[in-house]
Amino acid sequence: MQLFLSQVINGVGNGVVFATVALALVLIFRTTRVLNFAQGEMALFSAYISWKLTTFDLPVWVAIGISMAIAFVAGAVIERTLIRPMEGHSPLNVVIITLGLFLGLNALVQLIFGTDPQSMPSPFPKGSVSFIADTRVQKVTIGLMVVLLVECAALWLLLNRTTLGLKLRAVASNPDSARLHGIRAGSMLMFGWAISAAIGALAGSLVASERAALDASLMQVVLVYALAAAALGGFDSIWGAVVSGLVVGVADALTIQYVDALDGIEVVLPLGLILVVLVVMPNGLFGKRTVERV
Amino acid sequence: MSLLELRDVAGGYGPVRVLHDIDLSVEEGQVAVVLGANGAGKTTTLRAISGLLDVVSGDIRFAGTSLVGRPPEAIARLGIAHVPQGRGTFADLTVEDNLRIGAINRRDRDVERDLRHWLEVFPRLGERRDQEAGSMSGGEQQMLALARAMMARPKLLLLDEPSLGLAPLVTRELFDRLAELNREEGLTILVVEQNANLALEIGHWGYVLETGRIAVQGPAAELHDDDAVRKAYLGF
Repeated sequence: MQLFLSQVINGVGNGVVFATVALALVLIFRTTRVLNFAQGEMALFSAYISWKLTTFDLPVWVAIGISMAIAFVAGAVIERTLIRPMEGHSPLNVVIITLGLFLGLNALVQLIFGTDPQSMPSPFPKGSVSFIADTRVQKVTIGLMVVLLVECAALWLLLNRTTLGLKLRAVASNPDSARLHGIRAGSMLMFGWAISAAIGALAGSLVASERAALDASLMQVVLVYALAAAALGGFDSIWGAVVSGLVVGVADALTIQYVDALDGIEVVLPLGLILVVLVVMPNGLFGKRTVERV
Repeated sequence: MSLLELRDVAGGYGPVRVLHDIDLSVEEGQVAVVLGANGAGKTTTLRAISGLLDVVSGDIRFAGTSLVGRPPEAIARLGIAHVPQGRGTFADLTVEDNLRIGAINRRDRDVERDLRHWLEVFPRLGERRDQEAGSMSGGEQQMLALARAMMARPKLLLLDEPSLGLAPLVTRELFDRLAELNREEGLTILVVEQNANLALEIGHWGYVLETGRIAVQGPAAELHDDDAVRKAYLGF
């Protein structure tokens, strides 16, 4: 029981990270209908920026904040210069571009920051607190949960309680009609990429601080898990991404503990999950089936 | 001076020319009706006005300002509300959010009052305020489109085949509403329709489009009663 509980807690810690990356994926998908395969590598780049800033003795949170701001601008620039010109062309073009970004950014990271593993300090206090049935929870896990909650609340407020959020939702729902209402659709898409890149920067920096070493492969497996979470959540739903991220995290931790047959190839789990979701319920657990009447 | 004036407007999709030298004007406070068969260029004309289509030659002026070359979002901000075919519904947003999008560029303090007003004018929308707009019937969505357009307090309303897919009674109600808006609020309307009979009844001036050209025009009442025009173009 104790082992089970502590594995669940471990899973939640990882799940928070998957949820955050899934959130970024869903945000771009909702506004632009693009699945951004470069999300993980954009986050990797930002993680390196955070790490580099901490080497100048900046406090970790300040470093992450600056990195998020840089990612915000970079996300907007990527949308403007690489994604926008593909408007009106085949959606495959955009997929190819995001795959190119994936490879390009990964190479760029190694070129700029080198290939030696680095170590990123954690923004959370060390140690653990006791939890039910003699299990202990790392303070890091609690910190990650709090960050995720704050992030979700902020996004929810932005989307549902501000004019800017209404414009974003309008463009996501019906871009042509939004333009006929005087909404600058292009600016909204750019903004969607910007926010999503900033969220990714946060996720990347937190993963980097949590792991023993920061290297160029940091986000690749995370992206697979995040894609599984996004698929499970239905790609359209913010809450779906969050809950599914946690579910995937816990499922992964339990698989590692209890399913010996998958030792060393645990990544089969998210891939299998994606497959099952797409076959059995293409709208995911939380996705809305689109019903339109004419 | 006319509120809207199209002079020698030509345009189309890529190399395909759909409109040829369209001359058309809408007087302030009037209802202009554009009739014609499928493919005559009715929708294209509206799309040219609201900037969704590139105008190759000619000029479109709204209250004296040229609209040619401006993007749709800028044209909308000048006070032109365009209800497209398909009604432009934001299907996965609530009815209330749909209406708020209509007023999204307004800075005045009367938005809340207008919202209450239109929910009262269209009680069905009031009942469904928190429902997803896409779950409503075609007639309700058309009413929503009209209310959403009005939330912008437009100077000119462009309507693209509002009767499409609606039951005859619902169509009748919709046109009564349009006539009312024109009469009581002085709203200027340019409506494109297949239902010539109803449209001409509420219109002041009518145009008949044929393969991208204006074939006939005149006072709506005269077109309505002209046997030759009716047989040749309107089919009733």
